[in-house]
Amino acid sequence: MSILVIADHDNQELKPVTLNVLNAAKAIGGDIDVLVAGEGCGAAAEAAAKAEGVSKVLLADNAAYAHHLAENLSALVADLGKGYTHIITSAGTTGKDFMPRVAALLDVAQISDIIKVESDNTFVRPIYAGNAIATVESSDAIKVITVRGTAFDPVAAEGGSASVEAVDAVHDAGISAFVSEEMAQSDRPELTAASIVISGGRGMQNGENFKILESVADKLGAAVGASRAAVDAGFVPNDMQVGQTGKIVAPNLYIAVGISGAIQHLAGMSGSKVIVAINKDEEAPIFQVADYGLVADLFEAVPELDAAL
Amino acid sequence: MKVLVAVKRVIDYNVKVRVKADNTGVDLTNIKMAMNPFCEIAVEEAVRLKEKGVASEIVVVSIGPKVAQEQIRTALALGADRGILIETDEEVQSLQAAKLLKAVVDEEQPQLVILGKQSIDSDNNQTGQMLAALAGMPQGTFASEVVVEGDKVNVTREVDGGLMTVGLNLPAVVTTDLRLNEPRYASLPNIMKAKKKPLDTKSPADLGVDIAPSLKITRVEEPPVRSAGIKVADVAELVDKLKNEAKVI
Repeated sequence: MSILVIADHDNQELKPVTLNVLNAAKAIGGDIDVLVAGEGCGAAAEAAAKAEGVSKVLLADNAAYAHHLAENLSALVADLGKGYTHIITSAGTTGKDFMPRVAALLDVAQISDIIKVESDNTFVRPIYAGNAIATVESSDAIKVITVRGTAFDPVAAEGGSASVEAVDAVHDAGISAFVSEEMAQSDRPELTAASIVISGGRGMQNGENFKILESVADKLGAAVGASRAAVDAGFVPNDMQVGQTGKIVAPNLYIAVGISGAIQHLAGMSGSKVIVAINKDEEAPIFQVADYGLVADLFEAVPELDAAL
Repeated sequence: MKVLVAVKRVIDYNVKVRVKADNTGVDLTNIKMAMNPFCEIAVEEAVRLKEKGVASEIVVVSIGPKVAQEQIRTALALGADRGILIETDEEVQSLQAAKLLKAVVDEEQPQLVILGKQSIDSDNNQTGQMLAALAGMPQGTFASEVVVEGDKVNVTREVDGGLMTVGLNLPAVVTTDLRLNEPRYASLPNIMKAKKKPLDTKSPADLGVDIAPSLKITRVEEPPVRSAGIKVADVAELVDKLKNEAKVI
């Protein structure tokens, strides 16, 4: 068996989720190569070469891959991937974008968002927004897979010494182009990578009030999230949304503040190790999944929590 | 410009999903079915393009059993011009759905194909991208804004960490995210009118596509249940529990 892992990176740094995907690759078993495709992404390739269990790093450094345009990246991955039994990447928005194209180009199915590896051809994944868990068996020669990073522990970032080989082939479909991007600027960890997440819901009343959560987050080194209700009400931007239609998080500690606990929100955070709920409504469904529930007015409890840390 | 919209019949999003006792799947008997929410957004976007004079004709296509006509009629009531049902009672997986849609694209030659980013049953998030690959088209996935300008379309995409805009040559595939638009409701007169709009039925064989799947679902289970923990009296007790019992801060 041989596995090609497509690394997540921003051309400067290897994203930590790659280490979680490598652990999923390890669970499948076999030789693991990593593809780092981008522009000026040599440092990310060096970082991938140090990760535990990597045999070889393929570095495709070309302007055609700078913004991970699916049209170009999928052609490259389908070309390189022909020689492997498994092609896997994280189920982030980049992987979700290019990977199904790879599968179609190879005329195989894709197994999306796996949370467990049963064997080299059998995988477990949530369906119906996590309301059911399916075991899926593939009869394809090449298994194309996206991995829910939070469902796997990371492998060690250091200790490996894989070689880095340059890939010269350039796949530029010439049918799409990067125009612009607007990325949220924050010194806090990314939601899906943070070990502590504090999220606010409709109970926050407005965007300004999220400052009290940010203050607690900064003391704990936490990321700040929100429920769909808070996003739809316009309190905060939608990239902060935790839930079925937003980000799936599974931190060590999840603090839900002023969140009632709609099914759509629970689908995004119920994999957290410890859940704390702060809500003034003691009947709120969030308390049914919380390890520690505090029935209190959040505008009193959160500043008190801030002071106690 | 002709726009093709694909819609899927799925369990209504308000219905509580129950896993069958024999773990073979989800119980869909006597369950309310509806158009996939992301597909409603796709239909709405196409209708808005027509209202702006960008789209000249909207063709809506669905794959599924005969009753999936209901979802096509809904799309027709919302403003689509004609429908195509690719009728089958078999399970159709993403790659096979993409092949069927590719066959429709070959016949219809649309300039823009709009699909939901994923269906809320299988949660695969694959069909639009697979169709784009098979048709050799560029794709704008998880769209929150679609702007057609001449022979190009600019699509703003919801990506991890923010928004990214790509410029695509037409013909192109767009998949919708939640905030692209808020779908309208069909009015009664439009529902009546939709009954008279043309709806063709084809079979996968008519389109020359083999829909045999390569993935087999061997088991479906309930997710692990989280049980409620304890209520703490105040912030001091909460901090103490987190530090000394859970050891997470």
